[in-house]
Amino acid sequence: MNILFYVASAVAIIATFLMLTRMNAVHALLYLIVSLLAVALVFYTLGAPFVAALEIIIYAGAIMVLFVFVVMMLNLGRAAEAQEREWQRPSLWVGPSVLAVVLIAEVIYVLTHADTRMFGAEVVGPHQVAQSLFGPYLIGVELASMLLLGGLVGAFHLGRRLEEKR
Amino acid sequence: MNPIVKSLIILFLVIFIPLNVAAGLIWLERRLLALWQDRYGPNRVGPFGLLQVLADMIKIFFKEDWIPPFADKPVFVIAPAVIMVTVLMSYTVVPWAPGATVADMNIGLLFFLAMSSLGVYSIVLAGWASASKYSLLGGLRASAQMLSYEVFMGLSLMGTVLLAGSFRLSDIVAAQRHMWFVIPQFLGFILFLIAGLAETRRLPFDLPEAESELVAGFHSEYSGMKFGMFFVGEYLGVILISAMITVLFFGGWQGPWLPPIVWFVVKTLFFICLFILLRAALPRPRFDQLMSWGWKIMLPLALLNLLVTGAVVLAARP
Amino acid sequence: MLSILRTLWNIFLHAFQRRETVQYPEEKPYLPPRHKGRIILTRDPDGGERCVACYLCAVACPVACISLQATEDETGRRYPEFFRINFSRCIFCGYCEEACPTYAIQLTPDFEMAEYHRQNLVYEKEDLLMSGPGKRPGYNFWRVSGVKIGGKDKGEAENEAPPVDLHSLLP
Repeated sequence: MNILFYVASAVAIIATFLMLTRMNAVHALLYLIVSLLAVALVFYTLGAPFVAALEIIIYAGAIMVLFVFVVMMLNLGRAAEAQEREWQRPSLWVGPSVLAVVLIAEVIYVLTHADTRMFGAEVVGPHQVAQSLFGPYLIGVELASMLLLGGLVGAFHLGRRLEEKR
Repeated sequence: MNPIVKSLIILFLVIFIPLNVAAGLIWLERRLLALWQDRYGPNRVGPFGLLQVLADMIKIFFKEDWIPPFADKPVFVIAPAVIMVTVLMSYTVVPWAPGATVADMNIGLLFFLAMSSLGVYSIVLAGWASASKYSLLGGLRASAQMLSYEVFMGLSLMGTVLLAGSFRLSDIVAAQRHMWFVIPQFLGFILFLIAGLAETRRLPFDLPEAESELVAGFHSEYSGMKFGMFFVGEYLGVILISAMITVLFFGGWQGPWLPPIVWFVVKTLFFICLFILLRAALPRPRFDQLMSWGWKIMLPLALLNLLVTGAVVLAARP
Repeated sequence: MLSILRTLWNIFLHAFQRRETVQYPEEKPYLPPRHKGRIILTRDPDGGERCVACYLCAVACPVACISLQATEDETGRRYPEFFRINFSRCIFCGYCEEACPTYAIQLTPDFEMAEYHRQNLVYEKEDLLMSGPGKRPGYNFWRVSGVKIGGKDKGEAENEAPPVDLHSLLP
């Protein structure tokens, strides 16, 4: 499982990096999808198959489709690519990259030196997830559902007003 | 037998048999459509026209494999592969017979849903990479349609999960020993059938292709075996959805007298024929009708089904 | 919803109905005698060519697939030197048959003319000319027209009075 974990994490990091540097928006989204799939595999190797499946269904399968949908509708052409190239000047990305490298070094130090019993000693199945969601974390679930309901009502409201104006 | 060898054999069979059956389905579909339209269908090549499949395959392999110069080349090439990969991956969790499954995961059902949701990308990217208006429209329709039908596809299955108490498909089959889930979950079955039709883009819901409006929708620009892969992917999807209906609602391999695999194949074949009958009989809805049915009728029904099932399960629990 | 189920059932019942397909090469369909198929050139009951090379068929043809060249034999009888129909263009509309004043060009109920080479679809006069009178038995243009040809002087045609000698009408 160790090797699988490291391979999947490497894929995730490389895909994310490529996603950031692509000029074409759809290609970037494709790399982001690959990155999400790799993250799902990371979850799986850590013993959380339920979360892995949900990651694919919700993030890779639904939200990213919406992203692709919107990007397709925008019809980005060469002008957008030129703008993207403009945005990716070294002076813009060097600063954040250096800070991110510092953070990665810290994480590697923690991973190698601290005692982390990470590699899934036990498999967390759907039962355990459900029981903890609707047991100790019930209030969080309810709050999240209220938030989502608010978002839903808001979206519905925006859609309606557009309809009446027409 | 060595378990690794055994699972390799199952893996080979699971890839080999559906691919060949998918090719055979082209023949079956043409013959059945012809039967229901008072025609004969292909009956010249070989006995009952069975070799028509072979002729079609030879033809499609020898077609020019053409990538339009205006297309986005890498994405254009990847798109048809995505659908084959995702659909074939889904076959790994299907329990064909007791013990005959490649990976009996404890999240088998979720894996199936995940793979079917990734299948959307094939269509969407094909539509986008072709850089043609018809293809793009087909891709847009596909993404909107499959996204909205996926939502209640998952929800319609949660009823069976509640009754069986597991996401593992072999557990779900085992839980139907006394009663097929189609009886308590009839609404879920109907919803899943409709969602499955929309997911495989079969005829009442083939708006992404819509020959009469969009030429061929997302695969207008494809030719040769790339087109063939979309085609085979669609038929693989039909077999998969039929197999999943069998597993989830009609007791999978269970049945008297005959060996389990025969029961499974017979039930699956029945649903494949049902899919073809739907294609023969029903016209295509308008796109806004499709979307409003999905969100305004199917989704509330799926939620209601889940609610009632949950309440009943909770009340019946000792 | 109910109507959808009824549709499905009705379509399913079609499985038990007679199939409409005609198994063509083994089982030929009936074609009426006036079906517009392959074009032929017919002959008189006497065996002479009916075509008088008037070009009306070539003019009437909407796709310009007929080409011919008129000529005359030593007796003054007109006939086509060559008569060529390009069947890869022909749309079998039958306008040539309607335009023909001598019933020479006729359409027949034969349609099995497929060829592997397009050039083979260009029919010359020898390919078009048949030995009989076709749909108009007994009709002979030269015998009813007033034109003078070898062996038939003016006034000798059917239902034709001898020509009036203008000089004899003097009072």
